[in-house]
Amino acid sequence: MTQALTPKLAVKNLNFYYGNFHALKNINLDIREGKVTAFIGPSGCGKSTLLRTFNRMYGLYPKLRAEGEIIMNGRNVLDPSVDLNMLRAKVGMVFQKPTPFPMSIYDNIAFGVKLYESMSKSEMDDRVEWALQKAALWKEVKDKLKQSGLGLSGGQQQRLCIARAVAVKPEVLLLDEPTSALDPISTAHIEELVHELKQDYTIAIVTHNMQQAARVSDYTAYMYLGELIEVGETDSIFTTPKKKATEDYITGKFG
Amino acid sequence: MTLYFRRRLINSLSLTLSLAAMAFGLFWLLWILYTLFSNGLPGLGTVLFTQTTPAPGSAGGLANAIVGSLAMSAVGVAIGTPIGILAGTYLAEFGERGWLAPATRFINDILLSAPSIVIGLFIYDVYVAQVGHFSGWAGALALSLLVIPVVVRTTENMLRLVPNSMREAAYALGAPQWKMVLQVSLRAAKAGVVTGILLAVARIVGETAPLLFTALNNQFFSNMNEPMANLPVVIFQYAMSPYEDWHTLAWAGALLIGLFVLSLNIIARVLVRPAKSH
Amino acid sequence: MTPQELRLKRQALQDMVFRGSTRFFAFLVLALLAAIILSLIHGAWPSIQAFGIGFITGSDWNPVTEQFGGWNSIRGTLLSSFIALLIGIPVSFGIAIFLTELSPAWLRRPLGIAIELLAGVPSIIFGMWGLFIFAPWFADNVQPWLTEHTAGIPMIGWLFQGPPMGIGMFTAGLILSVMIIPYIASVMRDVFEVVPPMLKESAYGLGCTTWEVVWNVVLPYTRHGVIGGVMLGLGRALGETMAVTFVIGNSHKAIESLFDPGTSIAATLANEFTEATGTLHTASLINLGLLLFLITFVVLVLSKLLLLKLQRGEGAHS
Repeated sequence: MTQALTPKLAVKNLNFYYGNFHALKNINLDIREGKVTAFIGPSGCGKSTLLRTFNRMYGLYPKLRAEGEIIMNGRNVLDPSVDLNMLRAKVGMVFQKPTPFPMSIYDNIAFGVKLYESMSKSEMDDRVEWALQKAALWKEVKDKLKQSGLGLSGGQQQRLCIARAVAVKPEVLLLDEPTSALDPISTAHIEELVHELKQDYTIAIVTHNMQQAARVSDYTAYMYLGELIEVGETDSIFTTPKKKATEDYITGKFG
Repeated sequence: MTLYFRRRLINSLSLTLSLAAMAFGLFWLLWILYTLFSNGLPGLGTVLFTQTTPAPGSAGGLANAIVGSLAMSAVGVAIGTPIGILAGTYLAEFGERGWLAPATRFINDILLSAPSIVIGLFIYDVYVAQVGHFSGWAGALALSLLVIPVVVRTTENMLRLVPNSMREAAYALGAPQWKMVLQVSLRAAKAGVVTGILLAVARIVGETAPLLFTALNNQFFSNMNEPMANLPVVIFQYAMSPYEDWHTLAWAGALLIGLFVLSLNIIARVLVRPAKSH
Repeated sequence: MTPQELRLKRQALQDMVFRGSTRFFAFLVLALLAAIILSLIHGAWPSIQAFGIGFITGSDWNPVTEQFGGWNSIRGTLLSSFIALLIGIPVSFGIAIFLTELSPAWLRRPLGIAIELLAGVPSIIFGMWGLFIFAPWFADNVQPWLTEHTAGIPMIGWLFQGPPMGIGMFTAGLILSVMIIPYIASVMRDVFEVVPPMLKESAYGLGCTTWEVVWNVVLPYTRHGVIGGVMLGLGRALGETMAVTFVIGNSHKAIESLFDPGTSIAATLANEFTEATGTLHTASLINLGLLLFLITFVVLVLSKLLLLKLQRGEGAHS
C-alpha cells in the first residue's frame, strides 16, 4: 500500500460479536479520504457488519457488540461517549432496499437537513435542489416535489435515498449493496453517481457484484468468514492478488 | 373399496355440514338486518334529530341521546387515543428489553377482552361514588377505558409492520429517537392506526353496559357534569318498556347505531387496504 | 457550549422525555388492571365480609332480607357461555372451512365481509332482536317440537322441558353463539389461510380428501390460532351484557331445564345495579362483577399459558 493519503476512518483491531458468534475477527484497515473503498466477499463474510460498525447502526439491537477502535477525526467512533446522532449525521448510509420515508419527496430530503441546521425556506429549497442534482434525480422529480416518495420507481427511490443522505453533507457515505434490489439501468445510474460523489465524499460500498467493485472503487477489500483477507488498490487486487483465496474468489473458482 | 367409499362419504358429509354452517351464519345476519331495517325505518325521520326523548304517549325524538352519545364517544376517544398510541409505541419501539413491555402486552390482551360492564363498575366505584352523582364525564371515562386496549393493540401491530430498514434509514441520518418514531414510524403506520381508532369508535358507540352505571340517562339535554342521555341506554330502557311508541323509537335508535357502525367498518376497510398493499 | 452541543443536549433530553412518557403510559395500562381489581374488591368488601366464600355457592338472592348468594348468576354466566361454545365452535369451524376450501373465489371476500359485519353488530341490537323477534318465533315453532321429541330420552330429555316462553337460558346461549361465531370464524379463517400451500398439496398428493386435509393437516397446524379464537369468543360470551339481559329471563330461581328463565352475572348487574337499595345489595352486585372479572381473567390466562405450551411444543413453525 503505497499511498500517503490520510485515512478518513482507521479501523484497528476490530472484533464484532453477535451474542457468542464472533462475526468480525481482528480487522485492521484504513478507509482513505476522497476515495471509494469496496468490500467484497461471499454472503455472511461480515462485509455488511463491518460497514454497520462505522455508524454504529448495530447499536440498535441487543446482544451485538464491537471491540477495538475505529478512529475518525481523531476520535474512536466506538467510544460510548460519542454522540450517536452526531456520528450518524457525519456518516451517511444508503441501504440495500430503498427506504423512502412516508412523506413527500421534498420532505424526505428536508427531514435530515432540519435535524442539524436551521435555515429559511428558500435556503432549504436550494439545498433540496442541490441534493437532488447531486443524486441525478432533479430533472425527473422537480415538478412533483410535493408527491409522496413512495410513488417513485425503485431506482428513483434509491437515488432519493442517496440524495437524502447527501443533503446533510456527511463526511463519509456508506453504501450497503445499494444496487442489489435494482434493475441494470438503475444500477448503471447509481454507479455513475458514485463516481460523481467521490469528488466530495469518502465512500465505502459493500457489493455482491465483483464487476461493480472493479468499476466504481479505488480500493477493494476482500473478506471471508469474518476476516479481512486482502486489501489494496482495486487494479492490483483484480489483476495481481497477493493471496490465493482472493484469486480464487475473483476468478470465480469459489463463491 | 368400502374404505374408500367411507372416506368419500365422510368427506361429502362434512363438506355439506360446512356449507350448512355458512348458511346458518348468513341466515342470522340477514334476519337481524331485515329486522333492524323493517322495524327501524318507520321511526326514522327528522323528528328523531330535532326533538328530545319523550314521556310515554307523547311524541319526541332522540336528539339529546344522539348528542350525548356523540359527546361521550368523542371525549372517550380523545382521552383513550393518545394514551393508547403512546403505550402501543412503547411496546413496539422501546419494549425490546425489560419486563414492562411483555407484562403490559399481556395485561392489555386481558383488558381487551374484559367484560365492559365491569369497566362500568370500576368507573362507578372510583368516580361516580366519589363525586356522588352519575355524569357524562364518567360515561366518557368508561368508554375511554374501552378505547385504550384496542388502540394499544393496533398501534403496536401496525408499528411492527413498518420495516426496520425504515428506522435504520432515519437513524442513519442522525435522527433522534423521538423524531424517528413520530415522523417516520408512526407516519408509516398512520393508516393502520387510524383504522384502529375507527374500530374503537365502532365498538364504543354501541356499548350499553359501561354507561348504565356511569352516564345513566337523562330525559333532556344536559352538560357533561350531569347524568347524560345516550343512545344505547335509551334504547335499552325504551325496548324494555311496555309502550309501543317507545319501542318504535328504540328500533329507530338501533338502526341509527347500526348504520353508523356499518359505515365506520366500511371506512376502516377502505383505509386499511392501501396500507396493506405497500 | 457550542450551538451544536446545545442541540445535541436538547435532543438527548427530548428523547428521554419521549421515551419516558411512552413508558409511563405503558405502565398506566398495566396499573389499570390492578386498579380495577383493587377497586372492585374495595366496592365488594361489605359483601365479602358478610358472606365470605359462601357468596359463590349460596343461591339465595333476596334484597328484602339482605341475603345474597351469587350461585344462580354465576351458573347462568357459565351455562350460557357453555351453550354458546357448544353451538358456536362447530359452526365457526364449518364457516372457516367453507371460506378457505369450498367457496368459489369470487364469493370468498363478500362472504368473509358479511361474517365480519355480523361481528360489528352492537350487542344491544342482538338483544332487541332476540326479545322481540327471535323469542316469540322460537316459542311458537321450535320449543314445543323440541320438548315433544326429546321427552323421555334419557340424559338429555329433561334439558328441554318446561313451558315454551321463548326467553330463557337456552335462548341466551343461542344468541350468544350467534354473537361469537363471527369472532371465532374470522380467526379460524385467518389462520387457515396462512397454512403453506405446499403442506396441503403434499396431503392432497397422497390422495387425501378435502375433509382429511382439513382435519389432519390444517387443523393440527393451526390449533394454536384456533384455540386463541375460541378463547376470544369465550371471553366475549362470559362478559356479554345486553344480548343476554334481554332474553335470559332475569329470574334468580334455580333452573330445572334450559328453557327456564335464569340470570347471568352481567344481566343481574344491568338490571339491579342502579336500583340497588342498601350498601349490602350494591356491594354484593360489585362482588358479582369481581367474580365475573376473575372468571374471564382466569380463562384468558389459562388460554395464554396453553398457547405458550403449544408454542414450545411446536417450536419450529410458529
